[in-house]
Amino acid sequence: MAVDEQLKIELGKQGIFVTTIQELYNWGRRSSVWPMQFGLACCAIEMIATTMARYDLARFGAEVFRPSPRQADLMIVSGTVTKKMAPQVVRLYNQMAEPRYVIAMGACAISGGPFKQGYNVLKGIDRYIPVDVHIPGCPPRPEALIQAFMTLQKKIDGQPLTGEGRPRYLDAQAQGEFPVPVEGEHDLEPASNKGVWPVPITIR
Amino acid sequence: MKTVEEIKAAIEAAVPGAGVEVVPNPSPSAQHSLRLAPASAVAVATFLRDDAELAFDFLSNVSGVDWPDKEIVEKVKVTRQVAKVVDGVEQQVDETVDETRKRIEPGCVEAVYHLYSVAKKHGPLVIRMKTVNRTDQVDLPSLTPIWRAAEFQEREVFDLYGIVFTGHPDLRRILMWDGFKDHPMRKDYVEPDDFEYEPTPHDEVLARAQAHQAAAGTANPEGAGAGQ
Repeated sequence: MAVDEQLKIELGKQGIFVTTIQELYNWGRRSSVWPMQFGLACCAIEMIATTMARYDLARFGAEVFRPSPRQADLMIVSGTVTKKMAPQVVRLYNQMAEPRYVIAMGACAISGGPFKQGYNVLKGIDRYIPVDVHIPGCPPRPEALIQAFMTLQKKIDGQPLTGEGRPRYLDAQAQGEFPVPVEGEHDLEPASNKGVWPVPITIR
Repeated sequence: MKTVEEIKAAIEAAVPGAGVEVVPNPSPSAQHSLRLAPASAVAVATFLRDDAELAFDFLSNVSGVDWPDKEIVEKVKVTRQVAKVVDGVEQQVDETVDETRKRIEPGCVEAVYHLYSVAKKHGPLVIRMKTVNRTDQVDLPSLTPIWRAAEFQEREVFDLYGIVFTGHPDLRRILMWDGFKDHPMRKDYVEPDDFEYEPTPHDEVLARAQAHQAAAGTANPEGAGAGQ
């Protein structure tokens, strides 16, 4: 139940702070999204630049990059995911504690990018793990990563805590662990996780 | 630096029965190369490295080349006896006919090494080795014992082209995973078909996406987008 904005301001003037559990909870979630220290290719260089003084991702609560998946909330898949690396990426994602989010950064992470036709490149990490925000670009500028981060924060903010559209970890039925693909004789097996990635329908 | 012919002569003088041949390069660069016989390759390579004048002490790179089986079509004139009526009388007459013959030239896989000399400041010398065929006789002697720089690159050639280097200290796949069975840089490599989703297909990708859809029975009248 949302609090009337006008009433809230009015009460604020009287020194009374009114909020809902949901707002407070989501404010907490979105204001301390700690990314995992994990880079795959050239996009990682832009990601590093984003964290440095000029762009300063810390302003948004992404204060520190954690070197362990256990302590991280956000996986920024920054770069080309080769088929040899994909099982490791999924494994790292499985090791992250909820709540966890994924940003697929750059053309390679979202579709394979310029290496799409290569025999060794995964055509998008969203074939195996659920991606919250996709950033196009090759590589995307730090501003684009900040934009994606803000988009993620808006997404977190808009999530109700109960009912339809609640975060995955508040849903007892939702899938929590994602199967790690196995290195097969010709390709990864399975080639995609159908539960996460139903083949998108293109509308023309 | 000596010319390739001179190097060939030097090799033949030092290693009897070396079986070295010159592979000419007709392009303007005229960078001719030497093809070594696999049996004597290690001896020849040792000579190239240790000879005081040549002193090829630096291996710059190792590459693989895949030569698929080639079908050669040639026209041959054949003479044969044909029954013909000449001047009202049936006779056996010789007639020359053009006949098209096809033969398959077996392919091979080739390893190419580029050598330089840091001591003498010359190079490159290109040496090559050919396997017997592309399927079961694909071993070549490893030159890693002579130039340590070859180790990883020979592993890469083994991984991507499938040349088995005998005498290599640690011949494992280097780029693809161990359980992988194919050799992706070979011309006849078939890529896994994962073209089910192509948001903006064009050219080669369009052809592959259409092939995938035809195989999966999810053809789209527009021929581009993926169906479910």
